Amino acid sequence: MESTQTPVQSKPQFKGKRYRLDKPELLAPAGNLEKLKFAVHYGADAVYIGGQKYGLRSNADNFSFDEMKEGVEFAKKYGAKVFVATNIYAHEEDLDGIAEYLRNLQEAGISAIITADPVIVETAGTAAPKIEVHLSTQQSTLNWQAVQFWKEEGLPRVVLGRETSLEEIAEIKKNVDVEIESFVHGAMCSSYSGRCVLSNHFTDRDSNRGGCCQSCRWKYDLFENPSPEGEWVSEEQQLDESEGNPLFAPEDNAFTMGSKDLCMLGSIPDLIEVGIDSFKVEGRMKSIHYVATVINVYRQAIDSYMADPDNYVLKPEWMEELSKAANRPLNTGFFYDTPDHEDHIYEPEEKAVPYDFAGLVLDYDADSGLATIQQRNHFKPGTQIEFFGPGGTFFRQTVGAIWDEEGNELDAARHPMQRVKIKVDRPLRYFDMMRKKNVKA
Amino acid sequence: MGYQPELLATCGTLEELKELAEAGCSAFLLGEEKFGMRLPGEFTPELIREAVDFARPRGIKIYACVNNLMDNEALPALPEYLKVLGGIGVDGIEFGDPSVLMQARALLPGLPLHWNAEMTSTNHGTANYWGRRGATRVVLARELNMDEVTGMMPHLEVEAQVQVHGMTNIYHSKRSLVHSYMANQGRPVEDDNVGLSRGLYLIEAERRDERFPIYEDSNGTHIMSSGDICILEDLHLLMEAGVQSFKIEGILKSAAYNVAAARAYRKAIDTFAADPENYAFEEAWLDEIRDLQDPQRELSFGFFYKEQVY
Repeated sequence: MESTQTPVQSKPQFKGKRYRLDKPELLAPAGNLEKLKFAVHYGADAVYIGGQKYGLRSNADNFSFDEMKEGVEFAKKYGAKVFVATNIYAHEEDLDGIAEYLRNLQEAGISAIITADPVIVETAGTAAPKIEVHLSTQQSTLNWQAVQFWKEEGLPRVVLGRETSLEEIAEIKKNVDVEIESFVHGAMCSSYSGRCVLSNHFTDRDSNRGGCCQSCRWKYDLFENPSPEGEWVSEEQQLDESEGNPLFAPEDNAFTMGSKDLCMLGSIPDLIEVGIDSFKVEGRMKSIHYVATVINVYRQAIDSYMADPDNYVLKPEWMEELSKAANRPLNTGFFYDTPDHEDHIYEPEEKAVPYDFAGLVLDYDADSGLATIQQRNHFKPGTQIEFFGPGGTFFRQTVGAIWDEEGNELDAARHPMQRVKIKVDRPLRYFDMMRKKNVKA
Repeated sequence: MGYQPELLATCGTLEELKELAEAGCSAFLLGEEKFGMRLPGEFTPELIREAVDFARPRGIKIYACVNNLMDNEALPALPEYLKVLGGIGVDGIEFGDPSVLMQARALLPGLPLHWNAEMTSTNHGTANYWGRRGATRVVLARELNMDEVTGMMPHLEVEAQVQVHGMTNIYHSKRSLVHSYMANQGRPVEDDNVGLSRGLYLIEAERRDERFPIYEDSNGTHIMSSGDICILEDLHLLMEAGVQSFKIEGILKSAAYNVAAARAYRKAIDTFAADPENYAFEEAWLDEIRDLQDPQRELSFGFFYKEQVY
């Protein structure tokens, strides 16, 4: 994996004020109830989820109202909040149910909705006044006057377009007293969010209502038409030219719009000092392992900086941890400069994630040194494993003997969700995770 | 006078504008790249003034296109630009960004404001929301279908504009994707020309018969549809619904082609306006368009009759 382009920085350049919070919020994606619990346990101050309607991830598990209630209850124990993405651009047929849906969210105890379409903003004001409305990045808000406009409309928070730089965020902060949320980690639309209907054209799937099929990551060939603009070319000429002049050689990579993923871990001081109120991690479709790992790392980095800004250092093991959960190359998006050819992915991508979630720690017995593990992937005696938990606890070991709950020795942990016991080298806690190298990676 | 919808076009030059006016266009959307998106040609304030001078005595409307996604840096120049447009006497301003709405409302009170958020103007509730904040017209998303457009007309508190002909934008990035690709291949763009006139297009690996125009300008990279919308055959459905403005998108088309399109739609509008009861579409109205249609580009109803899922 390529490392992030960590800027060489002595002191953060920009000083901005956070609006309500003394410390930035770490906002995690949660594709389902289980992921929500991991995200919160691993350090998220808030999570955002999708409900059954009006969200942009129609393929995610998405939450029923009952699951939302359970998620809110769970999060409350940690002092964390639950937001719901209602970030579609609504069509006529979507309008009727909005008020009822928002009332149900309010009843479920949801703290905020993340919304792009003003009709939902407006409906929330009357139907669910206790819920905060956060303006979604899908509005591509880039300037302080637009931010001001949304503030005057009563919104306490604006999620900026991913195209805003640190310098621009500083200017927005200087001019408007409103919470600013920025994406700091994860996959990015390479287009202005919301300004892409490739999926509609290629597959009849409406991208702005959750049907995005990531056509930006498909392969294209680039040609030029030799005839000047507007000049009429006869059908015969057109046919002669077949596909036109290719602007690529046979051995070249194909054209694509796919972007590297965002990673701002190397810039935590800049993000904090510019005054961003909420650090958002992308990935409602990502695995439990991914969410727990990424949130765990950002939690440690933020806490470490807040505890002692002057002596803050970026720990190499944080980057190493991130690299275990995903393998798409990383960059810093638009925060420092406009992305160029080094910020796109033209080479074929590795498909496999480097490490797999192998087991969840349910219990640890200090006397015997035995841990009860819920199996999440195959492992057997001899498998190299890592344990990690909130706050950066971490150790490696080799799996020894494995027993089932009745004490029978097993030659492997084969059954998903089976509870097994193994001897571990160090103490563990409930909710610690066990991972192993993905042999395909 | 009865129903008389506007026929609006975009165009590259003043000369083309005059030809299109002759062909029956009753409104034009003009502007420059610095403030407006995806325009077929640059109209500086001086040229817009000339256009207004030409248009006003003929009852033709000139709207200024100020629909860029604005960043902080774009803000300081806005008040002066808007005042100049107001001084010239344009008939309205098209905007997408709330900053433009707020400034235009303050600086040019009473001037019609058209809300155009491209693919995200998708329902009447949001159009009316912008209406209550000063917009007088919504430019509807090209991805809506006929039932959605006609169905929302009775509920709209603002005018509606529907694109009825030409290509549409399907992807807009701030990134310089053509430059980036060429640099990745070790073949930097030498003359720096990756703009409209270069005639660049993409072909997706499994759709060899579709060409998607792509170009860069100071607003980023734009990818356009591989086919052209042509709703002429069913224009009466939009006219019966009372749509106030029909747009012919002139970008990446010859003047002759746009003139042919304008003539055809003018014929349909006039025929309908004269006698809506007995209106009948005539296949021959399409002849001139078809003659000039790029054989690589399909003329279709776009998303008007397409099922989209999500």
